[in-house]
Amino acid sequence: MPVPILTARELTKSYGRGPDRFDALKGVSLDIQPGESVAIVGKSGSGKSTLMHLLALLDTPGSGTITVDGTEAKSLNGRRLNGLRNAMFGFVFQQFFLNPAASVLENVVLPLKIAGVGARERRRRGMEVLEQLQLADKARNKAANLSGGQKQRVVIARALVNKPQVLFADEPTGNLDSATGRIVEDILFDLNQNHGITLIVVTHDHDLAERFQRRLYIRDGLLITTDEEHAA
Amino acid sequence: MKPLEILKTAIANSFRSKLRTTLTVLAIFVGAFTLTITNGLGTGISNYIDTQLAAVGPGNAFTISKTDTSGNPGSGPKKYDPTIKRVAAGGRPGSSQLTLDQSDLDKIGAIAGITGVTPVTRINPDYVQWSTHDKYQLSVSALAGAQPQLASGTNLDDTNSQAQLLLPVGYIVPLGFADNSQAIGQDVTIGITDATGTMHTVAGRIAGVEQDSLLSSSGIAVNKSLSTALTQAQATGAPSTAASAWTDATATFATSSSAQVSEMKSNLSAAGYTAQTLDDRIGTVKTVINGIIGVLDAFAVIALLAAGFGIVNTLLMSVQERTREIGLMKAMGMGSGSVFALFSTEAAFIGLLGSVIGSAAAIGVGTAVSGALARGPLSDLPGLHILAFAPGPVGAVVLLVMIIAFIAGTLPAWRAARQNPIDSLRYE
Ligand SMILES: Nc1ncnc2c1ncn2[C@@H]1O[C@H](COP(=O)(O)OP(=O)(O)OP(=O)(O)O)[C@@H](O)[C@H]1O
Ligand SMILES: [Mg+2]
Repeated sequence: MPVPILTARELTKSYGRGPDRFDALKGVSLDIQPGESVAIVGKSGSGKSTLMHLLALLDTPGSGTITVDGTEAKSLNGRRLNGLRNAMFGFVFQQFFLNPAASVLENVVLPLKIAGVGARERRRRGMEVLEQLQLADKARNKAANLSGGQKQRVVIARALVNKPQVLFADEPTGNLDSATGRIVEDILFDLNQNHGITLIVVTHDHDLAERFQRRLYIRDGLLITTDEEHAA
Repeated sequence: MKPLEILKTAIANSFRSKLRTTLTVLAIFVGAFTLTITNGLGTGISNYIDTQLAAVGPGNAFTISKTDTSGNPGSGPKKYDPTIKRVAAGGRPGSSQLTLDQSDLDKIGAIAGITGVTPVTRINPDYVQWSTHDKYQLSVSALAGAQPQLASGTNLDDTNSQAQLLLPVGYIVPLGFADNSQAIGQDVTIGITDATGTMHTVAGRIAGVEQDSLLSSSGIAVNKSLSTALTQAQATGAPSTAASAWTDATATFATSSSAQVSEMKSNLSAAGYTAQTLDDRIGTVKTVINGIIGVLDAFAVIALLAAGFGIVNTLLMSVQERTREIGLMKAMGMGSGSVFALFSTEAAFIGLLGSVIGSAAAIGVGTAVSGALARGPLSDLPGLHILAFAPGPVGAVVLLVMIIAFIAGTLPAWRAARQNPIDSLRYE
């Protein structure tokens, strides 16, 4: 069996202190193999986003360990950690987080700018990924002037521009109509099947979840084996 | 992120909220403007004093007199001692001054570092006259090595056997000349009384016309040839001892460090002489002026500190406003160091903008005002440009403001740098 690209052991995360303390994750363990497509399914507030942020090393767990490609995340120094966030992971947030005043292209190439890639190369790779997502004609538009579906594709382009090995997407179709949602879904599965990108997607849409190789169900901060809601 | 990219992004960011940046720049502008003006005032006044000092005498000379050891000055009249020669000194009645004779001059000349000693002779002429016009009183300022500020003509030439003098500009019209240029090359007659009360006349040629100045009296300056002629005329009939007794002497030395100067001074004082350089005599004036400028500078720096808090405020608002953007960049792998650099560069850039605009405005306004003052209210002090701007001090002001801005920017920048990406992204 190959080395899992991501492993989590007994992850916990709680917010607040004292009486306000809330345990969002209560001990989650999982393995994700390279090239897999995994859906994380659960109700609102069940801890899906929290888990994704921990797996993408954007936040630190209360306890438990995360291993990336065989390396324990806690042992990484700041530079290595930033390198992983920048080059290994792509993250599509539940909200768009676009800079409305900047152009679509500028928004998309932000990870390359952070990585220190030169201006011409940034432009080339930015246009390449925009073409892949059929947004090349919008490259010069201000991000504020796009439709919801276009914005969703822009943030996917931004997550892909540095050619990540793992793409995290938090409800990528949550605020799209079903037709546009379908287009975005097809893009994601194409990346997984034809480009070998490991796909980890949060969704509460069960039809979408069925298209993934594997589904992880989460409830009140714990993984459960069956989709009881769907079974019911 | 590459440094150049950080610089570009920081500059672009500072223009994102134009009104806020403009107001902060304005606050810095006021501070930088004030500081540049006070600095210009300092440079202008000290330039003026330096040229005025040069007009009074050379920097590398001591004025030397014998140290009075006979008693505490001001404790009443002193006991007469027939072995010590004295002359009456101006000022307090009953006070007198020890005199120097040839043996003293030789002793002074022997001290290491002294290159020449000349006794200072007091010449007290009675009048000056041109042709048959009216006679006017005059005094002679006889400090060797001075560099007077000439309104026209040339400086004195001590090697010339022709008796020469420099006339203060105020004498031109009374003596009957139409203007400065008419006076140059003309011979005037100087009347001087000797020890027996007989009036002698000595002729001298006008080599140049001297500007009015702040520090030197409005006496005429004479070259060696004329000074010798006047001294001889004055000494006619005086006892021979009086001709070889002087109240002070001027000792010149090669350009030296201040340590060497003070060593010479202590050697002279050990030998029983009091030596003062020009700086010693005029130094207090400079100290007062530097003090005043220091106070003005302090006000300017206070203004800048206030502007510094303006920068802190502006950047804290920016950090707050851009919390989610910072979170996003960190989530994409931007290091804390880069985030810190981004915000502190923005602060330094705002500081640069404010200080460059402020200094440029100060130079523009200052030069105009200074020119107007020099032509108007201050025209009695020719050569005084009350505000002068040298590249060094102005550059230092710009740098100082940038440093203050940078320091002001560190608090917000540090705040931005230590943010946790997810907490920042959750910020509404
Ligand atoms: N910073 C925080 N402080 C306090 N509580 C938090 C914080 N972040 C998340 N929580 C709580 O943790 C729980 C899990 O949040 P999370 O965002 O992971 O839910 P989710 O499964 O992604 O929900 P949704 O489907 O609505 O996005 C929620 O009850 C939420 O209120
Ligand atoms: Mg969520």
